[in-house]
Amino acid sequence: MTLLSIILLPLLGALLPVYTERFGRTICAYSAAIGPLCALGILLGSSASVFSGHIEQVYIAWLPAIGLDLSLRLDGLGLMFALLIVGIGLLVVLYARYYLAQRDSLGKLYALLQLFMMAMLGIVLSSNLLLMIVFWEITSLVSFLLIGYWSDQSDARKGARMALTVTGAGGLCLLAGALLIERIVGSFELDAIFAAADQIKAHASYPVILVLVLLGAFTKSAQFPFQFWLPHAMSAPTPVSAYLHSATMVKAGVFLLARMHPALAGTDGWFYLVTFTGMATLLFGAYNALFKHDLKGLLAYSTISHLGLITMLLGFSTDLAVVAAIFHIINHATFKASLFMAAGIIDHETGTRDMRKINGMWKYMPHTALLAMVAALAMAGVPLLNGFLSKEMFFSEALHIESMGMFSWVFPLSATLAGIFSVAYSVRFIHDVFFNGEPVDLPKYPPHEPPRYMIVPVEILVGLCLLVGIVPNLTVAPFLQAASLAVLGHDMPDYHIAIWHGVNLPLIMSFVALAGGLLMYRQRSGLFAFYERKYRHDEKIMFESRVQFSVRMAQMLTDLIQNNSLQRYMALLIGAAVVAIGYALLPGIPWPQDFALTALEPVSLLAAIVLTVGALGTVLLHHNRFAALLLLSVVGLVVSLIFVRYSAPDLALTQISVEVVTIVLLMLALYFLPQITPNESGAKRVGRDIILATAAGLGMGILTFAMLTTPYQTLSDFYLANSVSGGGGANVVNVILVDFRGFDTLGEITVLAIAAVGIYAMLNGLHLPLPQADGDGRRWDKEPHPPILSVMARILLPLAILVSIFIFLRGHNAPGGGFIAGLVTSVALILQYLASGTLWMQERLRWRYRRVAVSGVLIATLTGVGSWFFGYPFLTSTFDHFHIPLIGEIELASAMIFDTGVYITVVGATLLILAHLGKLAQTSHSPRPPTSKAFSGADLNKGDD
Amino acid sequence: MEILISAVIAILTSCGVYLLLRGRTFPIILGLTLLTYAVNLFIFMSGRLNTSASTIIGVGDQYADPLPQALVLTAIVISFAMTAFVLVLALRARAELGNDHVDGRNSIEEIKS
Repeated sequence: MTLLSIILLPLLGALLPVYTERFGRTICAYSAAIGPLCALGILLGSSASVFSGHIEQVYIAWLPAIGLDLSLRLDGLGLMFALLIVGIGLLVVLYARYYLAQRDSLGKLYALLQLFMMAMLGIVLSSNLLLMIVFWEITSLVSFLLIGYWSDQSDARKGARMALTVTGAGGLCLLAGALLIERIVGSFELDAIFAAADQIKAHASYPVILVLVLLGAFTKSAQFPFQFWLPHAMSAPTPVSAYLHSATMVKAGVFLLARMHPALAGTDGWFYLVTFTGMATLLFGAYNALFKHDLKGLLAYSTISHLGLITMLLGFSTDLAVVAAIFHIINHATFKASLFMAAGIIDHETGTRDMRKINGMWKYMPHTALLAMVAALAMAGVPLLNGFLSKEMFFSEALHIESMGMFSWVFPLSATLAGIFSVAYSVRFIHDVFFNGEPVDLPKYPPHEPPRYMIVPVEILVGLCLLVGIVPNLTVAPFLQAASLAVLGHDMPDYHIAIWHGVNLPLIMSFVALAGGLLMYRQRSGLFAFYERKYRHDEKIMFESRVQFSVRMAQMLTDLIQNNSLQRYMALLIGAAVVAIGYALLPGIPWPQDFALTALEPVSLLAAIVLTVGALGTVLLHHNRFAALLLLSVVGLVVSLIFVRYSAPDLALTQISVEVVTIVLLMLALYFLPQITPNESGAKRVGRDIILATAAGLGMGILTFAMLTTPYQTLSDFYLANSVSGGGGANVVNVILVDFRGFDTLGEITVLAIAAVGIYAMLNGLHLPLPQADGDGRRWDKEPHPPILSVMARILLPLAILVSIFIFLRGHNAPGGGFIAGLVTSVALILQYLASGTLWMQERLRWRYRRVAVSGVLIATLTGVGSWFFGYPFLTSTFDHFHIPLIGEIELASAMIFDTGVYITVVGATLLILAHLGKLAQTSHSPRPPTSKAFSGADLNKGDD
Repeated sequence: MEILISAVIAILTSCGVYLLLRGRTFPIILGLTLLTYAVNLFIFMSGRLNTSASTIIGVGDQYADPLPQALVLTAIVISFAMTAFVLVLALRARAELGNDHVDGRNSIEEIKS
């Protein structure tokens, strides 16, 4: 569990500074240091056991189904990196306390830094590849926020976006690579992956895996050609640059190379890809670093170059090369972090980072100057400093690679060349900044030493450079040994870190580099002029223009599909559905061979013909809307007959009553719409639509036939068996509705009520032109209520209500129920509206239909809630038999109350819709001649809403 | 019979989809209604063709599948609510836009009603 706490401490620590910021900066800094300090203590405490070769592991199942588990390990490599992350993190906390201006939020920076620290620790301690990638992505996201810390600056925003794009894309590649590895190995656990190393390397998809994983590593570690994001990330506050862009995040890529070394290295592909990428990066970075006038720009390119060096060493893959790579990771982190901090101090005290302005700082800040000079010399690889040791190892390894045959000389040559450049830019850093005359128009003058504690982190780091450089075996050797063991998987090669190996070729190369570098710096004026002429392009402008380009392409694509025509969207939608289902059906459906089709009945055939005539007629006559509507009602009638034929009396009753209501509704609405549809579709569009419609119909037909001929399986046996015993009703359809699936029904009547209320809202204040004549030009009758109809309707009303009550009561045991009864009642009442007019009904029936509909839903809900009081789940129903005098034995079920709710909702909603729409129409037939004032929204609002 | 039922559903779908692709609101509502018939029949037919069965326990010796029936029953009521809603939406659209085209534009001079 201690392992887990190493990660959790910074995570919890991230919350603290946000809270303590209000108590002042010093307290905020202390609170930010608590988490990392504890983590550091734990790490140091467990280092002894790691040195002895023990690997501490923690395993907590997280999402075992996808192989993502909280699986952590602390081996030598993890320990070394974790110490680096926490140690430099603490120094950065101290440094940032003094660096950040008063107006910037220190708490926010600390919170983000610790969040980042958590993610980095997660990467280096993960024992599960997928878990590592999760942390990997967190570092990309947090670094986006950190680079864009000064979010009001355009440079910061663009730099952050570029870094996120590059490293995020790399992260996706890495994820893809990890998934491929999992397919071979069957696990994301590192131990399993290492054990299956030979299997992975022999697998056909090994090259793909290698390239994907390397893309992840190279983007993160700013390797050529992905190096361009790192210089632009320098718009971050300097503590962030010191932490992310020298010591930690950019090291995540090379860490990944080291981590995956046992599983992926040792092949030609690895050697060529990694070595040459590293070499290109090494030279590119070193060359460009010399010519940057920006202090941080120089350091950024130098970082790129050193990352290339580490990558190249890991590409060599010999045991000693791996040791050297790990050694250089530590060394580079220490001297580069201190240099960034020194650069930040200079920026802080002079107000600029331009080396053409900052000169002669030795006079103004000798303390800082001394420290920065020592660190810069370590960067140059001068003896007695740590940079020298690992660079010597690099030279020596470059000399030993012979796998390129007679071309092997390119390695020592490029190593020496990069060495020359690195000496040259280090010397430039020292000479330009601290000597070289007087400063030129500094924004802050005169500069002076920074606050005392701002230098402390630099002192500690430079002290480490010296200690490691002078007594390597007493300081860094055990860490290195443990880390190399973790990467190589076997005992350390016989190696010896020493300052003096005698006069040998690597030493000569070092001196060539030193002398060449000094010489190059002397000749700088010519070189600078050459660089200015030859090499002037800005990656940021290129990147931004590409971003703009993709935005434009996206816009074009959107405009292509989205042209604001609903008619077209509908065609696209249906076309897409046809294509998708057609594609799925294309391989053919395995038709059952032995399926016996039922015999064709003449009556059914006749019904089908009537239906077809009705449907086709609706389409053909749709320009004459009234005729189409009449034909549509024929179709509806035949559909209800189909329900009768195939043993569904409940459905037939529902369909026929809904049919009546729907057609009345459509007729009412048609009154306000044009009576004729203009013939405006061109032949092309009609042709397209016919093809789409035929395809859709054909698809549905095939699907239906396939379904009907598939062997029949159902879960209805449960309902049939339990309907009487469990639901207390013999009509299984009704019992399903009010009992088994009562919750669905509750949802459905709610939708019904909402639709009704929505319609009420839409009709509110609606102004439509009043038609004076029908489609054929005949004027509407002023007396719309023929007496015979009125009288008949009034006689029918009590009968219809009686029928609906009967249908409702018997619903539980025979065809019927709340839905049907509600529709019958609605039809009876609508008939009164039609026969006698809205005004006549308003005087007699003063219901507010909105309340009726809502109270129905309420009754149904309360019935459901009621079962809670008896300790049962929502909507549990009960029933019992009662003896009532005169009537006899009767069964009452609580589901009846629920069904009453359904009934009331249906009546309320249906009448709310129709009565309001009807009023819109009816008011125009008042005896008064209609004027523009006769109909208005006000009429609608008063009365029976 | 299976072929006949499949053909009926196919015809209803085709007619519905064709009307759905028209530009004016009223034919679209007609199309929607036809499509509703097709879909309801389709769901209903998943219980297969039972000519002389019943869903009442104790009546008859053969039972029809009650589950698709219950599904379709609510579907019928819901589709009524939907049709009504779309219809009133069409009325409102005509009042707001002055025409009954779904895209809100009147390419041909509106025919006086």
